[in-house]
Formats: sequence, structure tokens, C-alpha cells
Amino acid sequence: MGIDLRSLSQRGGAGFLRVLRERWDRPVFAALASVSLIALGLILFFIFSEALPLFRTISLSNFFGGTWLPTVEPNRFGILPLLTGSGLVMVGALVVAIPFGLAAALFIAEIATGIIKDIAKSVLELLAGIPSVVYGFFGLMVLAPILQQIAHIPYRRTALLASLILGVMALPTIASLAEDALTAVPRSYREASLAMGASRWQTMWRVTFPAAFSGIIGAVILGMGRAIGETMAVLMLSGNAAQMVGSFLKPVRTLTATIALEMAETPFGSEHYHALFGIGAVLLIITLAMNWIAEALRGRLARKHGS
Amino acid sequence: MMTGPAQIVKRRTTAQRVAFSLLTLASLLSFLALGAILYTVFRKGVSAISWEFLTKMPKSGMTQGGIYPMVLGSFYLTAGALISALPFGVISAIWLSEYAGGGWWVRTIRIGVNTLAGVPSIVFGLLGFAFFVNVLGLGASLLSGAFTLGILILPILIRAAEEALRSVPNEFREAALALGATQWRSVRTVVLPSAIPGIMTGAILGIGRAIGETAPILFTAAAIYKTRLPDTLIDTLMSRTMALPTHIFYMATENPRGWQAVDLQFGAALLLLGLVVCLNLGAVIWRTRVRRRKQW
Repeated sequence: MGIDLRSLSQRGGAGFLRVLRERWDRPVFAALASVSLIALGLILFFIFSEALPLFRTISLSNFFGGTWLPTVEPNRFGILPLLTGSGLVMVGALVVAIPFGLAAALFIAEIATGIIKDIAKSVLELLAGIPSVVYGFFGLMVLAPILQQIAHIPYRRTALLASLILGVMALPTIASLAEDALTAVPRSYREASLAMGASRWQTMWRVTFPAAFSGIIGAVILGMGRAIGETMAVLMLSGNAAQMVGSFLKPVRTLTATIALEMAETPFGSEHYHALFGIGAVLLIITLAMNWIAEALRGRLARKHGS
Repeated sequence: MMTGPAQIVKRRTTAQRVAFSLLTLASLLSFLALGAILYTVFRKGVSAISWEFLTKMPKSGMTQGGIYPMVLGSFYLTAGALISALPFGVISAIWLSEYAGGGWWVRTIRIGVNTLAGVPSIVFGLLGFAFFVNVLGLGASLLSGAFTLGILILPILIRAAEEALRSVPNEFREAALALGATQWRSVRTVVLPSAIPGIMTGAILGIGRAIGETAPILFTAAAIYKTRLPDTLIDTLMSRTMALPTHIFYMATENPRGWQAVDLQFGAALLLLGLVVCLNLGAVIWRTRVRRRKQW
């Protein structure tokens, strides 16, 4: 990197211009390539700098308090009900996504072959590509009436409804990343196990799965991150009641839905405005922490198997 | 006691058969989810799709008429996102794959790209609102929304372009350099042209993502209802716009007369779903063909 002074002097008088003409690309590209870092920097800077003014008037313990009442005097900006709402919906989603996602991963990595495998992978990609507003629309128009009839719930939109749809949305993430982890296990592990007389199922369950375990946990954590950060589907399906709720059969409100619901009607620079950025900051911290943990686990797996 | 070798083998085979059946069944169920969504939305939405639906303005509080302005708005937003993000994406990828080698700056940028990919879409909306709408003073407008979506699809574009560049064999670069080309010339005339098909895959995936995103444009660009299209280019760029995904959201949840137009709602959802599925399927098929055709 940088300009080689020796070659510059060797080329005589025109050397400097020549170096400029021939070597401009490296520093220019290095600078322009940082655009994604700049974008990330902008996100961190604006979310946190717009969230901080809130704490001039509100203590941290109030921010994590149990009442969210942003527009009625006296205003309360306690995000605990939103945190529990997000948590509840996420747990429900994982109950759906983990077993089915891991089954799909094992199926694709260990059972399916040839064209079936290709089709299954494409189906996962398509499932991951469906916009969240379409998932929300499908849940509201198709699944909600069915669910209401089966479970005899008085509410149309509940944590349960949001969890089911969110589970389907998190499934492809978990499945494809867990499949990556399983595929990354060296073939020699499987061959050794099969050569010892173990069946394919025994090999899969006792050798491959444990060997890929840290990567699989990474996949699950990344799925959790997706579920926490998902906005439109939960906004349309969870009912958005900002109360502390411990039941799947009642409406709940998540962190993401609160921002989407209230940002448009908030005066710029008001306490409420800063509180919504505060929620954004909490959301960002949670999802980024999950991403980094997942990356670290996946990285550990790759190092362990020396690939 | 039945513990002879034959019994053990038999028990093991049974266990395997049961386990494989359960796993296959569970996977089939999750693949069925895709089928159920596609089938229901298609069956209930296909009757609404017509030439008039796609090319006419909405009427009577959007409960009748077409969805032309939403389609147009989504097209502009997506095109704007791609135009603003693709150059940066390709340049980042060129640097990562052709110039960088190893080192701390590469690792930092890679972490940056991965982290950006994990940021929730509503947080992009917050960034767009604080930065493009307020600080840059673009207001809630098509431009703000397009830029916000551009940042959102940047990681997709970078990853696809980098993969495409990396799959160009080293002999190509060495041949160009051996003929006396500078590195930039070798990249521009040899490496980049060979990587164009792969970069296209990324662009298609980026379009598929941008066209369906709702949360980032909710308060940076989206209008609930506009009765007429803007007249001038400036007006188009600088005013709020209707878009397909936000229209689906508003009709299903906020429009009190939405239930009068359930058919049209399913029609709009089918259009968006169809577009996204076709784009993603197209990208998958295109990618497979590109990989197969490359015999170098």
C-alpha cells in the first residue's frame, strides 16, 4: 500500500505524474469501500444521539419502568411492557422455528440428495424472501380467523398469532445457517463413524450434530435476532396493547411495533421522539449483541474444523 | 433376551427409519408453509388482477379502482435505492476482493458489512428519519426513502459482487498484468466484465428485498393516500409517495373501509408476492446457470 518512492525516482521527472496516473486506484478504492462502515457509523451516531436527550429528564430506571404512556399527562416512558412483549413473541416464534428449522437443516444436509436438495434449498430462500408485510397480511386475513375459531380466543390479534407467523419467518434463517454448520463438519468425521458400523442416523445424531453444535446455536441466536427486530408482521398481528402480559392469548406490544406506530405522530425533538429513539437504541444493542455472539460461535466452529 | 447381532441391527434400522421419516415430515411441513401462503394469496387475489387494476388510479378511498400510483411509487423507490447503492456496493467489493488482501482495515469493513446486514429494518427507518429527512432536510420524500432502502440493500450487493469477483480465476488477472496492464486496467477490462453476471444476481436480490420493505419507508417516504400523481420530476422526488407494501399495510390495518375491498387487498398482496417470488426465483436460476456455464 502507498507510493513506492524508489520507483518514483528511477522514472525521472515524469515519475510523480506517472505514479499518480497508475496508482490512484488503491487509496481511492480503500476510501470508497468504507461506505458501509460510514453507514453503520451514521446509524449508531444518530440513534444514540437522538436517544440521549431523553435522559436529561428521565432516569434510566424510569426508562425501564413498567408503564408506557407517551401521550397522556403525566407521560411515562417505561419500556418494560414492550420488552416483555418482544420477548414473549420471540419465545413463541422460537418454539415453532427451532424444531422445524433444525429438522429442515438436517434433512437438507444429511438426508436429501440431488434435485430434492436443490429444491428444498430454493424453497427456504423463497420463504426468506417473502416481504414481512405479506406475512402480516396473510396472518391477519387467513390465519387469524382460523386461529380464533380453533382456540376460542376473544381477541383477533394475539401474541400467539404473531408468534406463529414470526416462527415461519425465522425458520429459513435458522435452517439455512444450521445447514451451513452441518455441512462444514468434515466428511472424515462421518466416514469414521460409518466405518465403525454406526448407522446413518446414529452418525447424524451422535457425531455430526454435536460437532456442528456451536454453529447451530449461532444459527438459533441469529434467528432470535431476526425475530426481535422484525417489525411489520408483529405490528399487524400482535394487537399492540402496551400492557404487561404473561399470556399468549392476549394482545401484546413489541419494541419494533411501538416505533412504527408512534413515530409518525410525534413532534420532532419532543420527549416522546427521543424515547422512540431510545427504544431504537435498545433494539440495536440487543440485535447487534446477538449477531456478534452468533458470528463468534460460527467462527469458532470454522476454526475447530480447520476450514 | 433378544440381544443378538441381528436384533441390534434390526432395532437400529427401525430407529433410523422412524427418525428419517419424522425429519422429512417436519421439513415437508415447513416447505408446505410456502405453498400455503402462495396458494391462498393467489386464489383470493387473482380475480382482482387486471390491466385496469395495474394502470388506473384508486377511487373511493382506495376501495375501488387500480393501484397504478403504488406500483409506480414502488418502482421509483426501488430504482432509486439500486442506483444509489450499486456503485458503492461494486466499488466496496472490488476493493475487498482485488486490492485489500488481508489486514485490519479489511476485517473492520467485513465486520461493518455483516453488522449492517443484521440491523433491524425499523432502525434503518429511524436513521432515514433522523438523517435524510431532518438533518439533510430532504423531508419525508421519495428521495429519503430511496436512500434509506439503498443503505439497507448495500450488504446484499457487496456480498454478491464480492463472491462474483472472487470466482474469477487468478489466471485472468495474471494474464492482464503480464501484458503490462496496471491493476485498475486489469480489473476494469478483464475481471469486472467476467463478474458482471454474478453482480447482476446481487442486484436482482437487492431489488427483491427493497421492493417489499415496509418499515424503512413508513415515515421516510410513504403517503397513505394521494389522489393524483406529481407533475414534475422535482415534485416526484421531493414529495411523499404511495408504495405497494405500505399500501397493503394501511389497507389491512388502518383504513376503516378496508373490509369493503378485501379482493383488491389480496390483489395488491398477490402482485407484491408474485414480484418478489419471481425476482428471487429468477436470481436462483440465473445464478445456477452462471455457475454451470463457467468452465474456466
